[in-house]
Amino acid sequence: MTARRRGLLRFGLAMGAGLVLLAVVGPALAPFDPTAPVAPQLAEPSPPGAPFWLGTDDLGRDVLSRLLHGARISLMVGLVAMLVTMVIGTALGLAAGYFGGVVDVILMRFTDVMLAFPGLLLAVALVAVLRPSVWTIFVVIGLVSWTGVARVVRGETLSLRERDFVLAARAMGAGHGRILLRHVLPNVAPTLVVIAALSTSGTILLDAGLSFLGIGVPPPTPTWGRMIQEASTYYRVAPWLMAFPGLAVLYAVLAFNLIAYGLTDEAKGTP
Amino acid sequence: MRYLAGRLAWALVILLGTTFITFAIVFVVPGDPARVVAGPRADAATIASVRHELGLDRSLPAQYGRYLWRLAHGDLGRSYANRQPVATTLARRLPATATLAVAGLAVAIVIGLVVGILSAPVAGTWVDRTVLVGSLAVLSAPVFWLGMLALYWIGFRWRLVPLGGAGTFRHLILPALVLGIGSGLYYARLLHTNLQGVLRLDYIRAARARGVGPFRLYTVHALRNAALPLLTVIGLDFAALMNGVVLTETVFHWPGIGRLAFDAVLALDVPVIMGTVLLSAGLVVTTNLAVDLLYRLVDPRITLR
Repeated sequence: MTARRRGLLRFGLAMGAGLVLLAVVGPALAPFDPTAPVAPQLAEPSPPGAPFWLGTDDLGRDVLSRLLHGARISLMVGLVAMLVTMVIGTALGLAAGYFGGVVDVILMRFTDVMLAFPGLLLAVALVAVLRPSVWTIFVVIGLVSWTGVARVVRGETLSLRERDFVLAARAMGAGHGRILLRHVLPNVAPTLVVIAALSTSGTILLDAGLSFLGIGVPPPTPTWGRMIQEASTYYRVAPWLMAFPGLAVLYAVLAFNLIAYGLTDEAKGTP
Repeated sequence: MRYLAGRLAWALVILLGTTFITFAIVFVVPGDPARVVAGPRADAATIASVRHELGLDRSLPAQYGRYLWRLAHGDLGRSYANRQPVATTLARRLPATATLAVAGLAVAIVIGLVVGILSAPVAGTWVDRTVLVGSLAVLSAPVFWLGMLALYWIGFRWRLVPLGGAGTFRHLILPALVLGIGSGLYYARLLHTNLQGVLRLDYIRAARARGVGPFRLYTVHALRNAALPLLTVIGLDFAALMNGVVLTETVFHWPGIGRLAFDAVLALDVPVIMGTVLLSAGLVVTTNLAVDLLYRLVDPRITLR
């Protein structure tokens, strides 16, 4: 690993740690109730200044408090949706790569079909018919994001399947389940860490996009995407309303992108 | 020719698969479509007749067959909201989306080539690192937020372009820029990496030894080999670009498929949602097919088999 990659990785990890800290203690630090009108004039947004350090929105709510509360939900959706994505993608990728033959053909063709859908539109359609809730968002984001994971895991599994230690395990009478979990999966793990970081930045962005379209985690929970959407009507008179939540999303996504980039092997040339 | 036929058949199989998924989604809808279509005050008899009219009283395979049969005839059903045929609405909205997507793609390719080539000679320096971190930052920003920032500064504060809507070239500038910049910087990074690999090859050293100037070396000799793998990426990235289209159209009030999908979601207009999803999947499949064929045309080392 080059020094430059290590630097980016450290920077990303530090940003990520800051984000986790914010998600844990953020809501406790929030100076006001994020869902209640607290500003003296409720009719119009007020610019940043004491005691509302990031201003207030059109309903008189404190932007900073909403941002701090939003950290927890945004990170949680991002991480849980990433887990769903990883579980589906890894399971299908392992099965396709390990069993090969008909299983591989069917699973990979299915993956190709899913790849043809723009994830956001498919997610929009699914959320619309399933009704938005935190759980719907977790599952839907997972359902539309696993394709990349499945492809990479399948590729790695294909080459691992023929390796001596797998053949040895098989010769000693290990079952498919044991070989997959004890011998193949641990060797795919380093790659999984990179994809996990990358897919977290993807799920956070997708979640923000869904919230922006008004079908993310339902109110009153403050999410960064929804804050940007609510600010869109006032972007000319109250640009701070959209600026801060947007920066928050950028920060979170950049943290995971830097981690993923820092972990990527230079030799593989992945950007 | 055999390759071409196989590739076409393959695209058709994928398209068939996408219809299966969209069909399946309709069946996850919790509400009764017949009730939605008949309206809130309809009695049981009306709902039953609507259900029969929509074919909802038949078996699932029969319904899927009917869905496919209609699709083959260009019938995507009618909107719950305004009873207009979905196909007509999609056809009316498609040009706006196509314009935006093509313009966004053009922006992305230009940014990819320019930034990719310019960052090649400075590889490993602080300039390169700044470009890298800057690119990652832009890629990390939500596209709709970039759109709003652009609208605020370029449209509202500096009054250089209209604040949303469509019609003239000036309307197209911001949405195309916002849509294309993320993909563009991603392509630039890939091109940068590829160029580093290609520039180490013997034929480049030979060209340099022959006295080929640096500009010509990068743009003619190295670029041809470094840019080829990008074609595949652009094809694969097209689905992501369509995601951006939905968000960009919403921010800029661009009257295309994305806005249509968004409005349909708010109105829970399932046939329109399905139509837009299916159409965008169709666009992705077609683009990938085109890119694949183009790749084989551009690279003489790959023969059409």
